[in-house]
Amino acid sequence: MTTHIKTIVKGNLASTIKNGGCGQCQTSCQSACKTSCTVGNQVCEK
Amino acid sequence: MLRIKDYSIKKNVHIYHQGGLNIAYDVNSGSLHVLDDHTYGFIEEMRNLQDEDPSMLHAEEKLLTKVGRNLSPTVKKEILLELEELQNQNLLFSSEAEEIEPCYPNPPLIKAICLHVAHDCNLRCRYCFAGTGPFKGRRELMTSETGKRALDFLFKHSGNRRQCEVDFFGGEPLLNMSVIKELISYGKTVARQAGKEIKFTLTTNAVLLDKAIADYLEKEGVSVVLSLDGRKEVNDKMRPFPNGKGSYENIVPQILYFTKLRPSSSPYAVGQYYYVRGTYTRYNTDFYNDVLHMADLGIKRISVEPVIASPDDDYAFREEDIDKIKESYDILGEEVLEYKQKGREFSFFHFNAGLNEGPCLPKRLSGCGAGHEYVAISPDGSIYPCHQFVGQEDYKLGTVYQGNPLKEELVRKFRGAHVYNKEDCRICWARFSCSGGCHAANAAFNGELTKVYSLGCELQKKRLEVAYYLKIKEAQQIETV
Ligand code: SF4
Ligand code: SF4
Repeated sequence: MTTHIKTIVKGNLASTIKNGGCGQCQTSCQSACKTSCTVGNQVCEK
Repeated sequence: MLRIKDYSIKKNVHIYHQGGLNIAYDVNSGSLHVLDDHTYGFIEEMRNLQDEDPSMLHAEEKLLTKVGRNLSPTVKKEILLELEELQNQNLLFSSEAEEIEPCYPNPPLIKAICLHVAHDCNLRCRYCFAGTGPFKGRRELMTSETGKRALDFLFKHSGNRRQCEVDFFGGEPLLNMSVIKELISYGKTVARQAGKEIKFTLTTNAVLLDKAIADYLEKEGVSVVLSLDGRKEVNDKMRPFPNGKGSYENIVPQILYFTKLRPSSSPYAVGQYYYVRGTYTRYNTDFYNDVLHMADLGIKRISVEPVIASPDDDYAFREEDIDKIKESYDILGEEVLEYKQKGREFSFFHFNAGLNEGPCLPKRLSGCGAGHEYVAISPDGSIYPCHQFVGQEDYKLGTVYQGNPLKEELVRKFRGAHVYNKEDCRICWARFSCSGGCHAANAAFNGELTKVYSLGCELQKKRLEVAYYLKIKEAQQIETV
């Protein structure tokens, strides 16, 4: 019965500090932009 | 009660307007919410009060009494109840992520290398950071022997990691095609023997990308990043041949031939993909027209980025350009939606945002990994933290011809340049998506890896705002179907 706030995406990012960090993901500057770093647009390989 | 004692709202909850929506991005959980006007105003008021009077940071009760005086008591109560509920679920005003420094193995595990197979180029792009090919040295090509050494270096230093990435870069790598072919075949053989998988990418200006080369790259599964700045006049002004003639007419047909070979290329640049990338300068702050031009040509994966230039360059951005650039991102966001609706979907790299399915926090803290997970290797076999540092002697990490490990002090410096060691990033709402910006830009503008390049920050934050907005629109569309 929420009336003032609508939640669209539910994340739990902070908790990944514990179980993340496997390092299998690709490096971030390799792909479409060779002059900047945006990690948020990558995918996790797990 | 809403728990906001010692909780900086500015740092942890980003609220903004985009496309007629009031959006709240909860930094620590990565959640997104749409707020009604009352709630938006309420949070904004709390944030401003904290800003104006830092003692408010420790006085939650006082703060909560002060805000929302313009609201009816019932509405205020409702809002507070909803906020509390969301806080209990850790979705808004969620607990701050623990500041744990990323930890890394020693010696460093190298995941990826950028192979500068050609320090020479057949174009003379005006903004080229490589000084139109040679970086700070001579125009030269990498020999296959050095290339093989570089691959051996990667296999050896990637430890037990399965995936290794190699990007053929330049200058213009296709000027050294015979060596590339040799290295692809060598790399695949050695990887197989070592029980590893090797992923190749190639970044090219497309001048030499004829059908034979395109088909070869397709057959070998090489991902390709193709350079094009957009509209003919825009591209040709900045990307001419040595004789001054523009490159658009030559490259567009070849780019289109290649992109058609990969209709299902991943927008997240995984697997076997292509991306067409461009650079915008102060001459095309309306760069959304360039992106749309490429989309109209039928290109589906597009990335366009702000030029990094010294203030003396005529094409460098000036203060007065910033608003126009931001507006271009706004327009582009709406166009992405429009095109999708018309069934002509394309993706803009910087508008991809992984929230609930994106990378883990340790990855987000450490960013690109330049200098310890990712290195660039120049034609003579010297190793640098990344392609942007090639030729800068102070940043040389070693060579593929020495058995010595990488210069420890430099590795430490790059590892240390993560979000929590940068004063501005630690308190920035974009910290877990931006990851502290580009070391090379920071070094170029401020001489230090840990001092941020502020124009870069402003544009980064704008792109993220639009990216989150698009996430919301996407979710809302799914809901209404
Ligand atoms: S580099 Fe700038 S935008 Fe990115 S996290 Fe740091 S301060 Fe924020
Ligand atoms: S330092 Fe900058 S250019 Fe180099 S790899 Fe990192 S993000 Fe890319």
